[in-house]
Amino acid sequence: MNEFIEFIKGNLQLIYILILAIFIGVELIKNVPTVLHTPLMSGANALSGVVIVGAILVMLQSDPENYLALALGFIAVVLGIINVVGGFAVTDRMLQMFKKRK
Amino acid sequence: MDITLSIIYLIATITFVVGLKMLGHPETAKKGNLTSAVGMGIAILGTIFLAEKEVPTIIYVLIGSAIAIGGIIGWIIAVKVEMTKMPELVSLFNGFGGASALLIGLVEFSKNIGVAEADKASSSIITTVIAAIIIGSITFTGSLVAWAKLNGSMKDLRLPKYNLINNILFLALVAFGAYIVLMNTDSTLLIYGLLAASLVYGYLFVAPIGGADMPVVISLLNSLTGIAAAITGILYNNMVMLVGGILVGSAGLILTFAMCKAMNRSLASVIFGAFGGGATDGVEGGSKIGGNVKKTTASDAAVLMNYANQVIIVPGYGLAVAQAQHVIHELEELLTSKGVEVKYAIHPVAGRMPGHMNVLLAESNVEYSKLVEMDDINPQFPNTDVVLVVGANDVVNPAAHNDPSSPIYGMPILDVENAKHIIVNKRSMKPGYAGIENELFFNQKTNMLFGDAKAALTELVAELKNM
Repeated sequence: MNEFIEFIKGNLQLIYILILAIFIGVELIKNVPTVLHTPLMSGANALSGVVIVGAILVMLQSDPENYLALALGFIAVVLGIINVVGGFAVTDRMLQMFKKRK
Repeated sequence: MDITLSIIYLIATITFVVGLKMLGHPETAKKGNLTSAVGMGIAILGTIFLAEKEVPTIIYVLIGSAIAIGGIIGWIIAVKVEMTKMPELVSLFNGFGGASALLIGLVEFSKNIGVAEADKASSSIITTVIAAIIIGSITFTGSLVAWAKLNGSMKDLRLPKYNLINNILFLALVAFGAYIVLMNTDSTLLIYGLLAASLVYGYLFVAPIGGADMPVVISLLNSLTGIAAAITGILYNNMVMLVGGILVGSAGLILTFAMCKAMNRSLASVIFGAFGGGATDGVEGGSKIGGNVKKTTASDAAVLMNYANQVIIVPGYGLAVAQAQHVIHELEELLTSKGVEVKYAIHPVAGRMPGHMNVLLAESNVEYSKLVEMDDINPQFPNTDVVLVVGANDVVNPAAHNDPSSPIYGMPILDVENAKHIIVNKRSMKPGYAGIENELFFNQKTNMLFGDAKAALTELVAELKNM
């Protein structure tokens, strides 16, 4: 329990950001027309690829001798960038179709 | 942290918020997506080139090649895939994101193995690592199962008492994770045990869910990937990951609820209700419905439509599978030129994902104003001469109104049975995705036009041209 209180004390700023970000997310998506649900889901999916930043940090911080960490980090970067590039590209393709229409 | 990098992360975070906002409006959506993509790009480049400490060149080479390989793969898949395959693709990409988070968790945990007691990571760090592994694994296998189900290579799997098994497994996972944190253990065996259990849970969690509930699950898993990204963000005290992840997490959750609302189902009933209710319901439903099915030909159907004042087209997944979106547009233009008023009735969950039909029909240049949403089109059916149902099934099943025992009971549907004539194009009498019979097909007013959507519609167009 003590540790829990310590955690809150030490990360108060983080907790503020977390809670405010939750509200922003909710407000941004409220009242979006059904038409855009699929592209929105796809776009949000691309954004969740931000996890790649963590994967890059893993590799930057690992010891060049630590093959396990490097190998796992490598796979994590590959998968993460597929999510990012594929996600944005596919969303763009979907939205391209909306644009053609007058 | 380098101040330049902090500023880059701040800018990237702002582009995520603004981009997501712009994605919510049809006119700005495309720009919004590009805005976020640019933000993501600078965040990635900044992370690589503004590292705090000296990094050996070999690591840069490795990172560079990983990005090149993954980037090319992602790009090729995204450009090559057919528009109909979109939903499963989103699911697949989502699974990759989850896998990335779980790998990060594993590496971070391994750093704690074999270090002196005094140097061990704090239990709050271990908690985030464990959470990243559990959530990442669940989204990974869960998304892969969703992907396999949507492309048809996997059937619903329902173990006996699967809800009980899943719930117990989930509680066990949480307890297992808590045990690792509290014992502050660095056992490799335990962490791989946790990994395996989480992967299995992700599989079992999605395996029984079927029917029209699939998009909801994908959206939920998408939201979970966001949370996994945010958790790893806490781990590195990295704001762009934290805010980006949380945005996706909460936005995904709202989207999930919006989809549930469109189907008149609660999230709990989606996850624990097992749509379709197993084989017994299907058989019961089937035995209750009797009567004859009236078959029709393309020429008869063409005559019916030619002399109609108003025709409403109800597109469904069958249209998407048959790639018939261009032919249907041709049919619509042809009818319009003959003075028939044509509209499309878009059910919120038609296809495999909300908005799926809109995307498809937009691809073939159907006018935006002709796509009418369910609540607006339903009052118009009684004044409609002909309804043409193309490859849709569950979204026009009257059982949702009048059969309380039906698994789709209570789901809002398109009231096509109120129209004067109904033409249903289907490949066969096989039940739809929810696995239940549709009494609409046995309705006196219904004529069945069997065949592949594209072939049948092409024939219809040819007949109409001759009139």
